[in-house]
Amino acid sequence: MIVKKVNSVAEALAGIQDGMTIMLGGFGLCGIPENAIAELVRLNVTQLTCISNNAGVDDFGLGLLLQKRQIKKMISSYVGENAEFERQMLSGELEVELTPQGTLAEKCRAAQAGIPAFYTPAGYGTEVAEGKEVKEFNGKMHILEHAYKADYSIVKAWKGDEAGNLIFKGTARNFNAPMAGAAKITIAEVEELVPAGTLDPNEIHIPGIMVQRIFQGETFEKRIEQRTVRPKNS
Amino acid sequence: MLTKEQIAKRIAKEVKDGFYVNLGIGIPTLVANYVRTDISVEFQSENGVLGMGPFPFEGEEDADIINAGKQTITTLPGASFFDSAFSFGMIRSQKVDLTILGAMEVAENGDIANWKIPGKMVKGMGGAMDLVASAENIIVAMMHVNKAGESKILKRCTLPLTGVGCVKKVVTELAVLEITPSGFKLLERAPGVTVEEIVKATEANLIIEGFIPEMDIS
Repeated sequence: MIVKKVNSVAEALAGIQDGMTIMLGGFGLCGIPENAIAELVRLNVTQLTCISNNAGVDDFGLGLLLQKRQIKKMISSYVGENAEFERQMLSGELEVELTPQGTLAEKCRAAQAGIPAFYTPAGYGTEVAEGKEVKEFNGKMHILEHAYKADYSIVKAWKGDEAGNLIFKGTARNFNAPMAGAAKITIAEVEELVPAGTLDPNEIHIPGIMVQRIFQGETFEKRIEQRTVRPKNS
Repeated sequence: MLTKEQIAKRIAKEVKDGFYVNLGIGIPTLVANYVRTDISVEFQSENGVLGMGPFPFEGEEDADIINAGKQTITTLPGASFFDSAFSFGMIRSQKVDLTILGAMEVAENGDIANWKIPGKMVKGMGGAMDLVASAENIIVAMMHVNKAGESKILKRCTLPLTGVGCVKKVVTELAVLEITPSGFKLLERAPGVTVEEIVKATEANLIIEGFIPEMDIS
């Protein structure tokens, strides 16, 4: 077995420097690597390009990095829940590349799968297609999109083992699965890190070959963005 | 004039037995409440779940189980979870039978705009561009006119587009419209609303043939 386990978030994030491009998993606040984000704040690395479907909220998730002006450029599909983000974007402090969500996911998956580029119909005829190669397949127009190139990918899983194998829970799989192995170095933050041999190989979502470093997060707030419930007696 | 709930009720009649359905945020989310209970339908949410159920009971919400609107949800028997790349794979390969979403503008050529107001609102397109580019059957749920009283049913969209030539049907508080190769065709009118009132509230030309029945929102 090749051991990927490291003992702390600080060890896991070693080597991250100013100006790097970092992928971060999660959809909204669901499945974000919250311990790693806290460490990025502590490290105070700046001029980052972050590839993440969303930009967090004002006081949680990537919003914490935005507050400290650590992000130079955001690549996302939806950034609606963050007032500080909007302010920085409208004032020109923050560069923003809005990408259709499925294209964003596929640009990660392509990087993970060693495919340099692909055609997709998403965004054809819109400003997303501006400057991109267009081609017709089966009577339908498509645009050429390229795989992302990132220095680090930081993903969050439910369970992981020392070999770097990952299992996700619920909809927290989202971008964490296609981002694993999509950068030069992938760091996995897990809620529960178990010895190799504990997880059933049949149940592994991402094999350890995609992960270079794995650590167990100290605490997980797992904040809910839109708590919607119905009364018990309904 | 229909309420948002009644718009959702009318659209629910378009959901057929055996359909996999993607619901957008806003009025489309309400559609799930009105689908007939004697048919089999599964709701897909693009953040990675098929077989979405109702909101959880108080105290049973799980931060790891949400829909694309970031709301806590539950799953029904037969549900499954998957990642975002896989999710949009099933959307692109047209496994999802029906997509229902909101819009700021729809044009008579089937163009839709719903993600950006230059200089005012830039929240991003989320999954809307992927959905409208690939779905075969797209129904838009929207208000017929904006808050300033201007028609959102147009000859040509004025806002940045989300997709081109893709919308098939529009349900508003006033009417059900079908998009044909020659433009918007008026299919139904809201109870108590006249054809003249719909024409007046619509910037685009309307094809009006014969008797226009009232919508069934029972």
